[in-house]
Amino acid sequence: MEPPPAAAPPAPSSSFLRRHAVAIGFLLPATIMLGVWIVYPTIYTIWRSFFGRNGGFVGIDNYKAIFTTHILVKAIENTAIWILVAPALVTAIGLVFAVLTERIRWAVAFKTVVFMPMAISLFATGVIWHVMYIKDPSQGAVNAGIGAVRSWFEAPGVLQSANPSTPTLTGSPQSGFVLRKPLAAGGTAELGLTAIPPDEVPAAAKQAVTPRSKEGAITGVVWRDFSPGGGTPGKVENGELGLPGVTVDLFDSSGKQVQTTTAADDGTFTFADVKGSGLRAGVDSSTFAAPYGGVSWLGPKLITPAIIISYIWVWAGFAMVVIGAGLAAISREVLEAARTDGATEWQVFRRITVPMLAPVLSVVFITMLINVLKVFDVIISIAPGSTQSDAAVIAVQMWRQSFGGSNNFGLGSAIAVFLFVLVVPVLLLNVRRFRREV
Amino acid sequence: MTTYEAEAPVVIRDPSEAPAARIGRFVTKLPMQIFLLCVGVLWLIPALGLFLTSLLSPTDYAVEGWWKVIAHPHLATWANYGEVWNHTDIPHSLLLTAEIAVGGTLLPIVIAASAGYAFAWIDFPGRDWLFVIVIALLVVPLQMALIPMFRLYNTLGIYDTVIGLILFHTAFGLPFAIFLLRNFFIGIPRDILESARIDGASEIRIFLRLILPLGLPAIASLAIFQFLWTWNDLLVALTMAQSKQPITVAIFSQLRQFGSNIDIIAPASFMSLVIPLGVFFAFQRYFVQGLLAGSVK
Repeated sequence: MEPPPAAAPPAPSSSFLRRHAVAIGFLLPATIMLGVWIVYPTIYTIWRSFFGRNGGFVGIDNYKAIFTTHILVKAIENTAIWILVAPALVTAIGLVFAVLTERIRWAVAFKTVVFMPMAISLFATGVIWHVMYIKDPSQGAVNAGIGAVRSWFEAPGVLQSANPSTPTLTGSPQSGFVLRKPLAAGGTAELGLTAIPPDEVPAAAKQAVTPRSKEGAITGVVWRDFSPGGGTPGKVENGELGLPGVTVDLFDSSGKQVQTTTAADDGTFTFADVKGSGLRAGVDSSTFAAPYGGVSWLGPKLITPAIIISYIWVWAGFAMVVIGAGLAAISREVLEAARTDGATEWQVFRRITVPMLAPVLSVVFITMLINVLKVFDVIISIAPGSTQSDAAVIAVQMWRQSFGGSNNFGLGSAIAVFLFVLVVPVLLLNVRRFRREV
Repeated sequence: MTTYEAEAPVVIRDPSEAPAARIGRFVTKLPMQIFLLCVGVLWLIPALGLFLTSLLSPTDYAVEGWWKVIAHPHLATWANYGEVWNHTDIPHSLLLTAEIAVGGTLLPIVIAASAGYAFAWIDFPGRDWLFVIVIALLVVPLQMALIPMFRLYNTLGIYDTVIGLILFHTAFGLPFAIFLLRNFFIGIPRDILESARIDGASEIRIFLRLILPLGLPAIASLAIFQFLWTWNDLLVALTMAQSKQPITVAIFSQLRQFGSNIDIIAPASFMSLVIPLGVFFAFQRYFVQGLLAGSVK
């Protein structure tokens, strides 16, 4: 690339241009694009942040506004939650998946499934999870899942609601029903209920049976005291069904619950070994326990954790794949040597795998940190209008203040600069890492 | 560390290993296998949920959970997709998205490849300094450019144009693209380039005939990244365009009445996923390579 020695050197600047014409040619398009679309706007935005909505100089008022306006302070808090929670969780989950998939034979299938959301736009991710998080458990899958798990521990009531069929029974579905008439051993309790829709009667129900008195015990029946055409309230009649599964209680004279049992298919029940008198039988309120109503994931309290979960769904695959590659590079011999020396799997993980992976883990963590600061689409699309402000982070508020109606370019610029300041440490870290390599 | 470890680690089995030992190992691994299986299923549910929701008629959606479709396949209908297909905006939006994504993929590749070549193989003063600037620009948030470019686009008359969106994606894709390609090009053996130069090949010729073909794996990785990024964009299109709505923005404007028109939103969202997912599955290997080259050094 030396210029021909015979030629007289022209003016230095033009000789520089000529000597490096090739390099300049190759770099010019990129330089123009980066200059016009990134460098110029960065400088302009910093400059603009010191001017108000209408262009008058306001000093640092826009920056003061960031820390004093309620919704912006909320956005800063949310950003802080995101920064503290999301990168660490994504890295940790990615690490666990990467380590575990090393030991299974269907790792490719697993990795593909977990990695797949990376191809899905964060916007569509928001739509997907908006559907997942619907509050009604009959429509929102997350609450349906929680409801199903809950029903293992705490069965929902057999009935939704009922009324007593005669005034001999008092109370409400919320408090339970109790017979007015006190009982003693040998007595019978007839607990008639009405206002139960036919499709709510348990499928196992059989014809109700009038209880027979029994020595030393209280027997009874709980039944749907209604037959087409009416029938006589308070009497077990043909065609009236027992209410299996209903919880019945026995209280002593002071109102303390002494026994509890559930009704059989024909509605009958027995309290054995009854002592004393003045006892009262009744239907327990748990019979009418309301079905699970669902967690309000998209409400103001849980919206940020809910969105972070959806974000983890997207990014865990990234962490898993990158950490997995780092794991593959760790020498097997070191791990094997430790195992031979009697180290447990946990010790190997804790003392060898994690320290050796530290550089990869920090890269994943920092990449996620940068991503988290820019999170926008998923919040916009997942949060319903009523909780948009509760969910917003800095990046979202930058857009909303600038383009979302209020068109305050001064404040928007200041928020953008604030965001930029947050990524500067990472910027410096990247540059330092590169300079060390060269 | 640029090879994707997609294959399960090779387990060397001792053929003489007793069956009992094999069963024992299988049993000790069982809880982990079950755990991972559950995680895998859990990970599939959300996307499956969107797909099944898109198959429910609006009246069924109002009363049924989407999982009911699995047990009652007769609930499923393609009617929503027919409706979306005949929608006034959405098919047009998909086409527009494709235009933006293709342009926003090709242009940065061309520009970044030439810059990457210069950074890797042409000597000029200040080369490292310029590259440091590129690295610094890697993390500049897009939000920094929105306000100035919104104004500039209006002045230049490229607000609300496809070319304006393509240029924006190109510029913000460049730092990563240059970084990735420069790092790949620098690994090309020096001998190949030196001998081409001694043979008198021009730099342009070397670039076109040597660097680009040799750099194809990295260019493929980059292409997939850039394609997914532009296809999936919401923020840029929302800010720099009004009538030129790519699919994300089109759905976003539907979203403002969420709940009432899920029969449009769900199928349209699913349609917007099909192409990125297809690209992802077809070129997963390149995608992962790019990811590792970009994040792990």
